[in-house]
Amino acid sequence: MLLISCPWCGDRSEEEFSCGGEAHIVRPVTPQDMDDQAWGDYVFMRRNEKGVHFERWRHGNGCGRWFNVARSTVTHEILAIYQVGDDRPEVPE
Amino acid sequence: MTDAVHRLENGGRIDRTQRLSFHFDGETMHGHPGDTLASALLANGVRLVGRSFKYHRPRGLMAAGGEEPNGLVRLRQGGRAEPNVRATEIILYDGLVAESQNRWPSLNFDLGAVNDRLSPLFPAGFYYKTFMWPASLWPTYEAVIRRMAGLGKAAESADPDRYEKQYAHCDVLVVGAGPAGLAAAHWAGRTGARVILADEGAELGGALLGNGQRIDGRPGMNWAAGIGAELARAENVRLLPRTIVAGYYDHNALTLLERVADHLLQPDQGQPRQRLWQVRAKQVVLATGALERPLVLANNDRPGVMGAGAVQTYINRYGVRPGRRAVLFTNNDSAYPAAMDLAKAGVAVAAVVELRAQAPLRYLPELEQLGIELLVDRAVLSVTGRKSVTGVQIGKLNEAGDGVVAGLERRIDCDLLCLSGGWTPSLHLLSQSGAGLQWDAAQGCFLPGPGRAAASQAVRVAGAANGDFGLQDCLTLGAEAGNAAANDAGHRRRGRGPRKPAADDAAAPLPPRPIWSIPGPGRNGGNNSGSNGGKAFVDFQSDVTAADLRLAAREGYRSIEHVKRYTTTGMGTDQGRTSNINALGIVAQALDVPVPQVGHTTFRPPFSPVTFGALAGGQVGPLLDPVRRTPMHGWHLAAGAVFEPVGQWQRPYYYPKAGEDMAAAVDRESLAARTSVGLMDATTLGKIDIQGPDAAEFLNRIYTNGWKGLAVGGCRYGLMLGEDGMIFDDGVTARLGQGHFHMTTTTGNAGHVLDWLESWLQTEWPELVVYCTSVTEQWAVAALCGPNARRLLAELCPDLDLSPAAFPYMTWQTAALPGVAGGLEARIFRIGFTGELSFEINVPAGHGPTLWQALMAAGEKYAITPFGTEAMHVLRAEVGFIIVGQETDGTTTPEDLGLGRMVSGKKDFLGKRSLSRSDSMRQDRPALVGLLTDDPGLRVPEGAQLIAGTNPAPPQRGQGHVTSSYHSPNLGRTFALAMLEGGHGRHGEAIHIAYDGRAVPATVTAPRFLDPVLEAPERAK
Amino acid sequence: MANYSIFALGRNALQRHRHWPRVWRSPKPRPSYDAIIVGGGGHGLATAYYLAKQHGMDNIAVLEKGWIGGGNTGRNTTIVRSNYLNPESAAIYDHALNLWQGLSQELNFNVMFSPRGVINLAHDHHEARELRRRIYANQLAGVDAEWVTPTQLRALCPILNLDPGMRYPILGGTLQRRGGVARHDAVAWGYARAADRLGVDIIQNCEVTGMTINDGRVEGVQTSQGEILAPRVGVVAAGHSSVLAAMAGLRLPLESHPLQALVSEPVKPIMPTVVMSNKVHAYMSQSDKGELVIGAGIDGYNSYAQRGSLPVIEETIRAIVELFPITSRLKMMRQWAGIVDVCPDASPIISATPVEGLFFNCGWGTGGFKATPGSGHLFAHTLAKGEAHPINAPFALERFYSGALVAEHGAAAVAH
Repeated sequence: MLLISCPWCGDRSEEEFSCGGEAHIVRPVTPQDMDDQAWGDYVFMRRNEKGVHFERWRHGNGCGRWFNVARSTVTHEILAIYQVGDDRPEVPE
Repeated sequence: MTDAVHRLENGGRIDRTQRLSFHFDGETMHGHPGDTLASALLANGVRLVGRSFKYHRPRGLMAAGGEEPNGLVRLRQGGRAEPNVRATEIILYDGLVAESQNRWPSLNFDLGAVNDRLSPLFPAGFYYKTFMWPASLWPTYEAVIRRMAGLGKAAESADPDRYEKQYAHCDVLVVGAGPAGLAAAHWAGRTGARVILADEGAELGGALLGNGQRIDGRPGMNWAAGIGAELARAENVRLLPRTIVAGYYDHNALTLLERVADHLLQPDQGQPRQRLWQVRAKQVVLATGALERPLVLANNDRPGVMGAGAVQTYINRYGVRPGRRAVLFTNNDSAYPAAMDLAKAGVAVAAVVELRAQAPLRYLPELEQLGIELLVDRAVLSVTGRKSVTGVQIGKLNEAGDGVVAGLERRIDCDLLCLSGGWTPSLHLLSQSGAGLQWDAAQGCFLPGPGRAAASQAVRVAGAANGDFGLQDCLTLGAEAGNAAANDAGHRRRGRGPRKPAADDAAAPLPPRPIWSIPGPGRNGGNNSGSNGGKAFVDFQSDVTAADLRLAAREGYRSIEHVKRYTTTGMGTDQGRTSNINALGIVAQALDVPVPQVGHTTFRPPFSPVTFGALAGGQVGPLLDPVRRTPMHGWHLAAGAVFEPVGQWQRPYYYPKAGEDMAAAVDRESLAARTSVGLMDATTLGKIDIQGPDAAEFLNRIYTNGWKGLAVGGCRYGLMLGEDGMIFDDGVTARLGQGHFHMTTTTGNAGHVLDWLESWLQTEWPELVVYCTSVTEQWAVAALCGPNARRLLAELCPDLDLSPAAFPYMTWQTAALPGVAGGLEARIFRIGFTGELSFEINVPAGHGPTLWQALMAAGEKYAITPFGTEAMHVLRAEVGFIIVGQETDGTTTPEDLGLGRMVSGKKDFLGKRSLSRSDSMRQDRPALVGLLTDDPGLRVPEGAQLIAGTNPAPPQRGQGHVTSSYHSPNLGRTFALAMLEGGHGRHGEAIHIAYDGRAVPATVTAPRFLDPVLEAPERAK
Repeated sequence: MANYSIFALGRNALQRHRHWPRVWRSPKPRPSYDAIIVGGGGHGLATAYYLAKQHGMDNIAVLEKGWIGGGNTGRNTTIVRSNYLNPESAAIYDHALNLWQGLSQELNFNVMFSPRGVINLAHDHHEARELRRRIYANQLAGVDAEWVTPTQLRALCPILNLDPGMRYPILGGTLQRRGGVARHDAVAWGYARAADRLGVDIIQNCEVTGMTINDGRVEGVQTSQGEILAPRVGVVAAGHSSVLAAMAGLRLPLESHPLQALVSEPVKPIMPTVVMSNKVHAYMSQSDKGELVIGAGIDGYNSYAQRGSLPVIEETIRAIVELFPITSRLKMMRQWAGIVDVCPDASPIISATPVEGLFFNCGWGTGGFKATPGSGHLFAHTLAKGEAHPINAPFALERFYSGALVAEHGAAAVAH
């Protein structure tokens, strides 16, 4: 049971949150100019990292805010919590 | 009053002044407060307590604690019956009823015992090698296997008791209240840290309650009681006795099962039976102790073979004499105090058989004084007796320990054999935390390894669990661990700590001689395959022998996980607590590799089985999932509505009148809505208030159609797509102001839509200034529809011009309802899902019933008819309005529904690019059509398939399916909607509908059977 | 080489079981093979078996980073059924189901396939409609499927709670009689033994750490036991597929999640069939050993940790106690998690890749066990011929670009 530190509310149990998957996937500005391959990559293909995974979480049963988390998918250790729009932080592998 | 035959006259922590009666297999016996069922059975001379899993061998109690593999009983009866309860964990209460398991017809005479005779045919994994011919007979074989397997019988009826959950945070959670755990909690508590101390026992003290060790010159159990009393007084310490710490999850979350009322005949009024704690601890100290291993030798499972430590506990804690004449067999020091305790309890100790070449000198004088024979460098090779031990055969092993030196055998008669094969630290919880374990060859066990899985698993191990088997180490290192844990949690002691306790016997034990399996007497003894010398059990509960493990290794199952799964060793309810290390040793030996190379199996939660009821907690029955009801629910109930669940909501399905079945009621309701006026509770539709200067731009990106041009006061129907281009929700959104919209969503999807909006706003388009708020429950909505709707509404809001010109379709207005709740203000939307002249009247939720009643009263002259969801479905289908999730299934585009006109070519929106992929552009995609069966009275089932020919025989590829199918009183016949491949171009075609082996002829039509009343001039009735 | 049979068992009993042959060898890897299968789970071992048996390729190896069958093969809830909604899916799973029916005899290893029927419950009208659609689609596809009423359910599973007053009352359900359960470990072992007897090298404790790719062609793999060359590499690594794809510079439409399961203590038979409920989310059967085998959901976040969290278990047990009230006083004996590779359309990928000679079989998500024989059979064909079998042609990676997904998430009710 993860303990996640919501940037607005503090430490809360994972049951209050939902994970929104990989972060830093930027929606294309002009999708109509993309070919099927590039569009399919954007919609479906994922890094699915074993190790540090940069991902989006939402405090749905709380303040409702989205934020980003760097988390190890091997140990579940949370390595960093940062704002949406910020660059990936440096974290130890 | 005479006590039970094997009860000692003095000693133990039982109350001899009170007598408790209990029933085991129908026989009435007596015990005392302080007893467990196990100790009371032993006191009454009961040796045979169960039958083994596979061979149905007679089995007796081996242990005194939670590691007991044999003494599983079915406790209580009826709905409270609980199978597979360890007798050693059942606190005796007056009136207790228990029965033995896995035997027929009786424990003493069990026909299943024939398996023991046939056992040469049943080696490990035998079932993988047979029962294959003929294939058709496997179900028959399987039925027999299933009946033979399984342990106890489940309850006959539902559980009358209730369960609770509790959540807690603490600085330091100490697991185990033996000497190390008590010292840890004591020192941690003194820092002011919030401490929780949990122990599975009813009393604090752990091993001190049973082993007779002394601290500071007095019995260890007295020291424990003193510390316990101090901790109980401390406000920052919570004691949880009768509580098993079962699971260690991520980020220092642990689950604890508190047996609140299991020691009572039944829970008191209002008391839960058990409570599941979920504790988030800043720091954890595991003082979980160690378990004594049996030694693996021929017939080591006979009733009367017990652990040396268990025997001490029965004597010292329960005042029970476990036998009359004992032999002890040990490879380590701990059998010596047991021998002395036995002798003092009046048991004749025939011999202590020491496997090592050297006995610990410090015990020898007392041994000699008690006249106990010591046989050094000897081993018990086998046990005689069937339902009870009658004696042992003793011999000398060769140096390697894998053979017997001939000519030195000797037999000793006894009825009790105490085994001590060394100690296994209980590291299940540590392993669950993700930490590694490390093999310690000298001690012959795993110890906490270096490093841990994650820094957030802040855990320490103290005492015997850490391999510190001496009492002084437990006390000193336990205190240090407790203190350090509190410090790491941010608490420091002011002033001096508690006085440091001193164990009277400070000597550390000598290392054991790990011989994993004692060779049996005779030539083939080492393999113990059953016919010579008897079976040597490793896992008593799963009936796994040393021979089974060796067979697995010989056959090539080399990983310990393979061996475990092939032989089932360690897979019983005790998860191999006493057997895992012996099994590992035997496999390593068979493969001729060091133990660490074989590896160890993963410990999985829970440490001890956890009741389903406790995991479910109070959230069962009607509380399984919250029920959502509209403000008008009471009215619907009084009107006799039948409800259907829609998501969490309860919605009126139809309102049957006396003597009406569903079809008749739905027909009547559907007809009324088109001929006069109907009223539907539309409160459950999702409603989202959207505000902000960029709200229109936001909707433009979310919906397929354009929103910037929508005038204030207007409403528009919208479709939302996922990025995959597939319809995900729909609804009507109204513009309340320049930067203010009121969005409606489908009932079941309201939460998802809000999440969807928020995710785009917050993570992708933070530059848009838009705020979304769920207002679903702020508004009660009554949908008035039918040709008389306008007339009726006019009576309620006389000041509002309801004429089509003043209040056209797809607009909304605010109006006061002077006759309702003293001038209630309502938002009225001229929209509708039935294709009939409709007004959806929104009022603050609390006024819903008042509005509803006012509408019903005013509508009486029009025979206003409340209608439910089914009539609503009929009405909307007649005009071809779709339901997301019924006409669509996650693979449907707007074009598939004939709604291509709603897809803007000018702007981008979510999912747009996916609409131009090759598959989305396919001409033969399933498309929405109508269907009229040739037989106008036949209503085909929803989901039925559309086929090309007339023959429904498989296999064939369908061309689509029926999505909606109803009888319409307005059409005077049945009709259906369907998704049909290439359907847009196939109107007028004949087709067949296939289901249940039938093929029903029908004609494809446009998906519209009545034209919706949009601008709705006054229609003649 | 000795066959398993009751006679062999009797003969060996007389010899004190000293002379059973090894189930499989433990060979050192050769420098090169004609083909390499990465992943020694049921699907990988089945692939190797059918490559050797049906395509005559015996110079092949299966590389397993741990012990065979140690991943999801040994962690699932053993349900076998084929009643999927889309004809493409029904075809692939029914292909597997047909192979299940003779598998013990084919492999000379009792995999204990037990067609005791699989029931999917409907708790509301929407669910009932979706399940009926599936029944009619299955009937057309030739997959057995029938609707069962609450009265029939009482006979099929007497411990089921059919009280119409329950929170989500049971309106009925679907029954696939040919569905059931099988012994999961035995499937891996049976395929391994049979493949080994055909000359396949099964190499355990051999982790693939890299791929040797030149000019867009795969030439071999680097492993913890050195480089091993092969012109064809088939990856069948379930939860670790993305990791292996990354070694080849590819991304897949997969996310790895822990799927949780648990068993009760063994009890005498109470559960004659398999019952699944999507609405309250739980499914349960009873193993031959007597344990209730219960499937829970997936944790919502990516993970490779093979450990699950408690809330998922709590939710499932609530449903179990609701559906089967007499289980309230039974106890959870073990809980665990397997790492499943979840695909956006809840359908698998059996496909060539942009790297020539490199093939992937993945994305089975929460439901791969049931497909084991069919998946292996089709992947063997794909590897041997270099192109898809007609049954797995719709399951190529290309569908994520064309949009021709095989959507099984919504309509298929329970995806397990």
